[in-house]
Amino acid sequence: MAPGLVSAVLFATIVAGTPLILTALGELVTEKSGVLNLGAEGIMSVGAVAAFAVTLNTGSPLLGIVAGMVAGMAMSALFGFAALTLQANQVASGLALSIFGVGLSAFVGKPYESQTLSSVAPLKIPLLSKLPVLGHALFEQQALVYFSWIMLAVVAWFLYRTRWGLVLRAVGETPVAAHAIGYNVLRIRYLAAIFGGAMAGIGGAFLSVFYTPLWVEGMVAGRGWISLALVVFATWRPLRVMLGAYLFGGAMITQMFVQGSGIRLDIPAQFLSALPYLATVVVLVLISRNRSTIRLNSPASLGQPFMPDA
Amino acid sequence: MQRLKSSITLGLGLLAGSSLFAAEPAPTQVGFVYVSPVGDAGWTYQHDQGRKEMEKAMAGKVKTNFVENVPEGADAERVIRQMITGGAKIVFTTSFGYMNPTEKVASAFPDKFFFHATGYKTGKNMGIYNARFYEGRYLCGVIAGKMTKSHVAGYVAAFPIPEVLQGINAFTEGMRSVDPKAEVRVIWVNSWFDPGKEREAALTLISQGADMLTHHTDSTAVVQAAEEKHKDNANLYSFSYHSDMSKYGPKSCLTGTTHLWGDFYTRTVKEVLAGTWKGTNVWGGIKDGMIKLAPLNAAVPEAVKKDVTKLEKEIKEGKRHPFAGPVVAQDGKELVPKGRNMTDAELGAMNYYVKGVASTLPKN
Repeated sequence: MAPGLVSAVLFATIVAGTPLILTALGELVTEKSGVLNLGAEGIMSVGAVAAFAVTLNTGSPLLGIVAGMVAGMAMSALFGFAALTLQANQVASGLALSIFGVGLSAFVGKPYESQTLSSVAPLKIPLLSKLPVLGHALFEQQALVYFSWIMLAVVAWFLYRTRWGLVLRAVGETPVAAHAIGYNVLRIRYLAAIFGGAMAGIGGAFLSVFYTPLWVEGMVAGRGWISLALVVFATWRPLRVMLGAYLFGGAMITQMFVQGSGIRLDIPAQFLSALPYLATVVVLVLISRNRSTIRLNSPASLGQPFMPDA
Repeated sequence: MQRLKSSITLGLGLLAGSSLFAAEPAPTQVGFVYVSPVGDAGWTYQHDQGRKEMEKAMAGKVKTNFVENVPEGADAERVIRQMITGGAKIVFTTSFGYMNPTEKVASAFPDKFFFHATGYKTGKNMGIYNARFYEGRYLCGVIAGKMTKSHVAGYVAAFPIPEVLQGINAFTEGMRSVDPKAEVRVIWVNSWFDPGKEREAALTLISQGADMLTHHTDSTAVVQAAEEKHKDNANLYSFSYHSDMSKYGPKSCLTGTTHLWGDFYTRTVKEVLAGTWKGTNVWGGIKDGMIKLAPLNAAVPEAVKKDVTKLEKEIKEGKRHPFAGPVVAQDGKELVPKGRNMTDAELGAMNYYVKGVASTLPKN
């Protein structure tokens, strides 16, 4: 492959993987606290429409991102109210949030369907962006791409290197014990869920303001669900989440480049489009096949409600 | 308790009311089933424009309603059934995957009328309709052939079914009729609607040298991607599909193949109401006003405009067919000999690329 082509594939791979990383990192933190929020698709949709509307009206993509984030936080707070305060079934509440979010975004977004945004210029990192092949792919990206890398480091550091990360994981493992030594389990779970919502909202904002950039109903197109799956297949490890997201994006982009190049291949089209899913699952399952580490990494009380007074 | 009582009385009253109303001549209800949200452009949007036109033309005689975003399959049957039991006399189902559900409901309600777009099953009370999209595609291809500098066109496509292949092949024939060196590259995204993926496919094609882009998917993403990259390459242009998308690509969208269903809907509903309907198998093109090119962009040179107008007229008059022989397949096999046009049956069974398409057709 020519260096230009490698660079182009790599560039597109990173772009395609970014919304997945953002959303999946948020979900990972949520799940680590023992809360299973299946609403990512809906939160992303609402985040996408909020970010698009605000960017369109203010002309500021930054405010758009903030709007997406706030919308995502509001959505997950709603989920928290149902699943944590009222202790409704988390799976059912999450699914409901997904359906609600997709519908709400369509309803709110109706007037924005015909609007267009001018694309946001990428943020070039001086010097580094001059590197051959990798420079363009890695360091001429949108600011949110760098943000996703920073967040990966922050999440990994927080979970495994800080006291509060330890507390959060303890809440996800045995909420009873965490409660007994005086931690407010509900509050921690709320915060984790709201963080997850903020990240999914930013993921949605990336889609509508930076990636396409447009708003149409259904534009999230299953990326929320893919993010949820990534967390599980990456066995709740942040770095593997990123690997999975890029693998998914990379497989999708590579098959497009292969198609566009006119190389002969006798593979059904359906298989080609299933390839990203297949490749991601196979690779992540292979690297995470150790059963004891799965048990170690998966939050023991995932999806189980906790009643402080009981 | 009081409230309960009054609601029962109200309910009874409504029941009595509805049976009274039945005696009066009410406007005929016509239902539409859409596969995606109506939105602002695209396949479903064009059908909805047609619905509105028809309702306007038949003001007072017809009342329409629609259900959007109906998945193809079992859900569709429920929706169609519900429309009929809700009082509809005529139902238009506007996506290929509604074929079997439409047929099923049609046989259950022999006194109602059903029309299915893009399918092939007909019945005593079930008609089919479609448009010759490929005629518009051919014209777009001609413009692409005249405007290209890289001699490469990029085509973002959804699924390898005959309708999509007709478009790709017609575009290729048109392009190569004026630029024999031209080639068309195709990326299948295997989705009718995924703006992110459509955009990636468009960008991929651009990075591989395509300077003429078009799509057979439902969003405006390809046109927008071209508009964005037009800044880097002043000779990068796009052709929209389904709707006029010039507002998404004011500088770079040259024209587009648009569908106009209004006349057809009006005519069909009129026939049914008058009792003169005798079965529908409409495959209309430019001649029937079902296909039209969107207004040409100012970037199209005057000479090209003239040529295209002339070609459009020839297609209208039946003097030119986008698939006039010789039509040669990608592997060099002659499909239609010189001297005759491809028949409708041959068009309907299209499962190959013509010569000039540079990609490989995925097995289906």
